[in-house]
Amino acid sequence: MAESSQLETIQRALGAKVIEMLRPQGDDVVMLDRSGLRQSFLTLKKEPELDFDFLSDITAVDYWERKEPRFEIVYQILSRARRARIRIRVPVPESDLSVESLTPIWRGANFMEREVWDLFGIRFIDHPDLRRVLLYDEFRGHPLRKDYPVNLTQPRVPERKIDGTFVDERSHNKLMRLKKSLGSKN
Amino acid sequence: MKAEVKELPAEIMELQMGPSHPATHGTIKFNLKLEGEKVRECDVEVGFLHRGFDKSCEQATWTQVIPYTDRLNYASSLINNVGYAMTVEKLIGAETPPRCQYIRVIISELARIYDHLTCCGMASSELGAITAGFYMIEARELITRIVEQLTGARLTVTYVRIGGVKHDLPDGFAESVTRTFKTTRKLLDDCDRLLSRNRIFLDRLSNVGVISQETALDYCLTGPILRATGIGYDVRKAFPYLVYDQLDFEVPVGTRGDNYDRFICRIREIEQSMKIVEQALAQLPVGPVWIDDPHFVLPEKEKVYNSIEGLMHHFKIIMEGIHVPEGETYFAVEGGNGELGFYIVSDGGGRPYRIRVRPPCFIAMGAFHQMIKGYMVADIVPTFGMVNMIGGECDR
Repeated sequence: MAESSQLETIQRALGAKVIEMLRPQGDDVVMLDRSGLRQSFLTLKKEPELDFDFLSDITAVDYWERKEPRFEIVYQILSRARRARIRIRVPVPESDLSVESLTPIWRGANFMEREVWDLFGIRFIDHPDLRRVLLYDEFRGHPLRKDYPVNLTQPRVPERKIDGTFVDERSHNKLMRLKKSLGSKN
Repeated sequence: MKAEVKELPAEIMELQMGPSHPATHGTIKFNLKLEGEKVRECDVEVGFLHRGFDKSCEQATWTQVIPYTDRLNYASSLINNVGYAMTVEKLIGAETPPRCQYIRVIISELARIYDHLTCCGMASSELGAITAGFYMIEARELITRIVEQLTGARLTVTYVRIGGVKHDLPDGFAESVTRTFKTTRKLLDDCDRLLSRNRIFLDRLSNVGVISQETALDYCLTGPILRATGIGYDVRKAFPYLVYDQLDFEVPVGTRGDNYDRFICRIREIEQSMKIVEQALAQLPVGPVWIDDPHFVLPEKEKVYNSIEGLMHHFKIIMEGIHVPEGETYFAVEGGNGELGFYIVSDGGGRPYRIRVRPPCFIAMGAFHQMIKGYMVADIVPTFGMVNMIGGECDR
């Protein structure tokens, strides 16, 4: 079958970077070492026999108290020409939560990596703009970690300072009057 | 008059558009840096509708996740249902009977028509073509009535189950689809005459929000936005699922990758979807709509009410949930906006360990600043309209 030869080609191209190769449910899965990750992906993209030119998805899984290393980053890439998909899993230990960013290879990785940072707290080295994307900046913790309780409430965030931005005085004054009449402190 | 052009003061102005703006249907904020009216930089802020889809799914049983998937892209909730159910079935290793597969194709395409009509109708009415917008909303309403006839709900349908669909097609379904499509075709024809060669509409859409093939691939775009650039990547053709390989349809592609091509791609996809539904209804085989496996399928109500075994079976499935074997998988279907993928990890229990959705419009919003760079502020409205960001899916 073409799928198994795909795994062999990856083994040949990446060599020692490959930790393990799996085939659950007929999918091709490669566990990769995180050192030199960007170079590995560049090989997967540029190697003519592999030609994985499209990044489908980046996400992470937290195997808290189940597996060591705790986190795994999961990449789905595909080759449009060969009509083949592959899943790359990269283990990340809790002691050093960082992997190389793929933004220089696929700029679309920007938002997906920001989401992983936002919800899991895994840093991406050389990411151009690693901010929270779905949650707000003052959010405490990373909610998709398994040790984040579902019913945890977040503290109230004080109003952000409006220095330096344009303020419509009329509506601002109205707001202030309203706050005064309601007896609000901030 | 003297041909002397005076330089206008080119001071950069910061403008925050949103989060709740009348011309952007959806809660999203654009932090713009403007030079006059030209957009120099655009920082997109999403997440106003974030409600923790992934975390909620981890608390629910496998079947309880289906209503959550309705609320992802609520304009095409049937496709989300199908995508999720098929991913879990892949994990189980079950294949649904042919009749179920045909029904799933029919409902997916109905949802796609609904999604595209929503997108095009909203986008055209935002550009002032209210009449065309109303025509499309009327066509959409007819599709909703079919969905209502089938599932009992208009928007949050929860029709697909793991291992089948909730019930078979109702009586007279094929006739009502034929009748509806006749009207839909007429309405689309009207819209075509109103819009496709309309000077105002063309000026607002063509050569706006242009994105090249390389950039589109670089930004991982899928769906009508990618196809408008001329790349014919469609999950239904590239990785055929259900019975799409037995049906005859085309994947419309554009040439320039601008908003007009996106619009035309969507309109032509509606026609192709109607063709698929008609073919699937003609070929629809007879048979069961559920897999034959008591581990995943609820027993018949007659057994539940009249026998202790049936009641226990029902109780076990509802309370503990079905047991999906340990493992992980990724499966993608073609949603209204592009590749809608589900990555699911199971630890063998009654609840999913991790569910991740690949949201096509979240990734498209990641490329929005590239689409709008160098265009006018007013061009944000059609570009954003043709991206078709659906808050429920983008922010999850």
